Amino acid sequence: MTKAFAGVRALDGVELTVLPGEVHCVLGQNGAGKSTLIKTLSGVNQPDSGEILWNGEAVTIADPVAAIQLGIATMYQELDVVDGLTVAENIFLGHEHARAGVTERRRSAKEAAGLMARLGHPQISPSREVGSLSAANKQIVSMARALSHDAKLIVMDEPSAVLDSEEVKNLFRVVRELTAAGIAVIYISHRLEEIREIGDRITVIKDGRTMATSLPVASTPTAELITLMTGRTVENVFPPAPGVPAEAPVVLSVQGLGLAGVFADVSFEVRAGEIVGLAGLVGSGRSEIVETLYGARKATDGTVEVDGRRLPAGSVRAGVHAGMGLSPEERKSQGLILDEPVYRNVTLASFTRWAKLGFLDERSERRIAREQLDALELRPADPDRPARTLSGGNQQKLLLARWLVHGTRILLLDEPTRGVDVGARAEIYALIRRLAEKGTAIVVISSEIDEVLGLSDRVLVVAEGRVIHTSRADDIDEHRVLDLVMKGTAA
Amino acid sequence: MSEQNSAATLAGPAPTGGQTPADKTPNAISRMLGGSAGRSLGLVIALLALFVVGTITAGDRFASFENVLTIIRFASIIGVISIGMTFVITAGGIDLSVGSVMGLATVVATLSWVQDFATSTSWIVMVIVALAVGAGAGLINGIVIAYGNVVAFIATLAMLVAARGLAEVLANRTTQIVKEQGFLSAMRGDLIGVPILIWIFVIVVIAGWFLLNRTTFGRRTVAIGGNLEAARLAGIKVKRHIMYVYVLAGLTAGIAAVMMLARTTAGTSTHGTLYELDAIAAVVVGGTLLVGGRGTIMGTVLGVLIFSTLTNVFTQNNLSTSVQAIAKGAIIVAAVMLQQRLANRSRSRKP
Repeated sequence: MTKAFAGVRALDGVELTVLPGEVHCVLGQNGAGKSTLIKTLSGVNQPDSGEILWNGEAVTIADPVAAIQLGIATMYQELDVVDGLTVAENIFLGHEHARAGVTERRRSAKEAAGLMARLGHPQISPSREVGSLSAANKQIVSMARALSHDAKLIVMDEPSAVLDSEEVKNLFRVVRELTAAGIAVIYISHRLEEIREIGDRITVIKDGRTMATSLPVASTPTAELITLMTGRTVENVFPPAPGVPAEAPVVLSVQGLGLAGVFADVSFEVRAGEIVGLAGLVGSGRSEIVETLYGARKATDGTVEVDGRRLPAGSVRAGVHAGMGLSPEERKSQGLILDEPVYRNVTLASFTRWAKLGFLDERSERRIAREQLDALELRPADPDRPARTLSGGNQQKLLLARWLVHGTRILLLDEPTRGVDVGARAEIYALIRRLAEKGTAIVVISSEIDEVLGLSDRVLVVAEGRVIHTSRADDIDEHRVLDLVMKGTAA
Repeated sequence: MSEQNSAATLAGPAPTGGQTPADKTPNAISRMLGGSAGRSLGLVIALLALFVVGTITAGDRFASFENVLTIIRFASIIGVISIGMTFVITAGGIDLSVGSVMGLATVVATLSWVQDFATSTSWIVMVIVALAVGAGAGLINGIVIAYGNVVAFIATLAMLVAARGLAEVLANRTTQIVKEQGFLSAMRGDLIGVPILIWIFVIVVIAGWFLLNRTTFGRRTVAIGGNLEAARLAGIKVKRHIMYVYVLAGLTAGIAAVMMLARTTAGTSTHGTLYELDAIAAVVVGGTLLVGGRGTIMGTVLGVLIFSTLTNVFTQNNLSTSVQAIAKGAIIVAAVMLQQRLANRSRSRKP
């Protein structure tokens, strides 16, 4: 099985050879051309030059249907399942079992159940509505659809982005079963650790070109991969934590906070200059805790105090006024106004400050935004571009800029590096640490435990809506956290 | 908190490269006409094409100053409603009730006791009553939508039905003649050769343009329509603002009611029937995104003018209103398809 391409507009000479039964990882920063490569394989885009060989024969993949007929299935990053349909209906969408136009529900259900069992999820009923499934299970449905097409090659675009570490393990188990059955997988991810675990060979793409192809996963050093991806060397990813002086004032104090049915009795304090990390699985309640103390959800119990002053429950405005700022988990759907220019996104929380009698002062807004873009090295530093055109890392910086402009002293960062590539991650880590050194109190949530540990001064482990452990970040390691999380979840 | 913003900047203030006073003027001009006019170029061309067709087919009857005033006057009432509708749609909502709210406002303002009171005090009373009815109905819409969490389509559909019903009850299904002479002489007059109705339209357009593009109110409207959750999490009082937007739409329906009274000298529950659809069509053809997040006042004005010019050209050529309706439908589809194509092109330009 061979594919070679050259010269789609965003691609300029990409070569990739995939063997049956292997997991071939494609690495590259945002904008490197990974998405274009996927689209070309799945028939959405057409290559301008070069060719695709399928089992040794040159093929043209004119449209997505042609790709499926060849045996190439694609699992997109934004899960392409229909929430309103059942599991079975989703799996057979577009190729329903039907007799004279009437769907054969029983046959579909039976085959769907078989596929779900094969993927290790026999508990997901074929008649369940997909909208009620978790992101991880939706992914399983998406995979079942690929299998139902009898795919020989499955392209997975950052399948782990929406999963926590437990779910990722299941994903890997499924991927191994697929490859054992001779199916080839193209696995695209930012996370080097994952690639180490699941991949067989790696192809690195940068600026639409293949930097290196078919590197063996086992014997290629991380430093080399990062250098290939970024064109520069990255030494230490996490900046050193200098420690918080004992006399630093407590800025944020959360006491007995609870949200009925979601989490209960959460208490912690954050000092000026301190980074507190919340570690826990997706669904453990960690995002809800932060959203509730911010006021985006109305707490049913407990209090939140900023500088010793109690905030009313359920008021974002009060939180923002008191100096809190939230960078939400879903950057695009919760954080940014994608079609508005960068500067208006930067000033979203504070544009009234420059306005006189309700009239905007856009010149000042642009100036302030530009200062922040330069300070944060946001690229491109053009305040008039739509936010949509920025890469994940730069969109994250934009959200930081919004709260810096506002003068926020308590930053709540929910998954600050989701969808951010390796090179930009180190930059964001450094940025967060520098903010702390300037006296900002910071709460960080991440699915990646090493990130929480590496970045924070203090760590709270959350499971089943409770804080089950608190300690200094250097007194605990990844295994211990995972261990706690598992026990907490089992209880 | 503003003192802290520079403290939080990581580096010192950087040179503001490129943002020299020199590029301020073209910026200002291009934004003024332009943020929308650039996008609305197609609309301007369509409007000019209609003028050419009108001039060729109807000659001087069409291409006269009087006729142009007729076109604009014809556009003015629906135009004022469309400005309010532009805000609602930009904020990601819809208001189906504007036409019947306008009808209700004409009825309330012409109730005999209101007119008697106006005669004994000032004709302004009738204006205030009409505006209050419009804004009041908008307030109810806004509360039901923002705080009652009812989908705008349903909430305003209910208001459409209810307001029409209330107007019928109040007017007892009769047409109430405007007897207040002060009102008629003030509103039916001219100013420098241009009818008052057109002046009102022009003022509403200018005010609407400033409100949408130059004020915090407009910024919030766009932000909420662009991404409601992001606006909420940034500390904007989203519910309250959504309510205000519907009050604004109701207010424009009230202004339109005053204009309607001036034009027809009568208040009746059937005034404004189907105006909501004309307004929505004008707004969407003008380039405001139906999903919210982008609104253009100039586009809306062009949309209204295109429809009223079309009607005028057809009337001058003695074509039936049925044929007009078919042409209108075709224009709506063509304009929206063109819009989507342009939107896709600009979106796919991302690196």
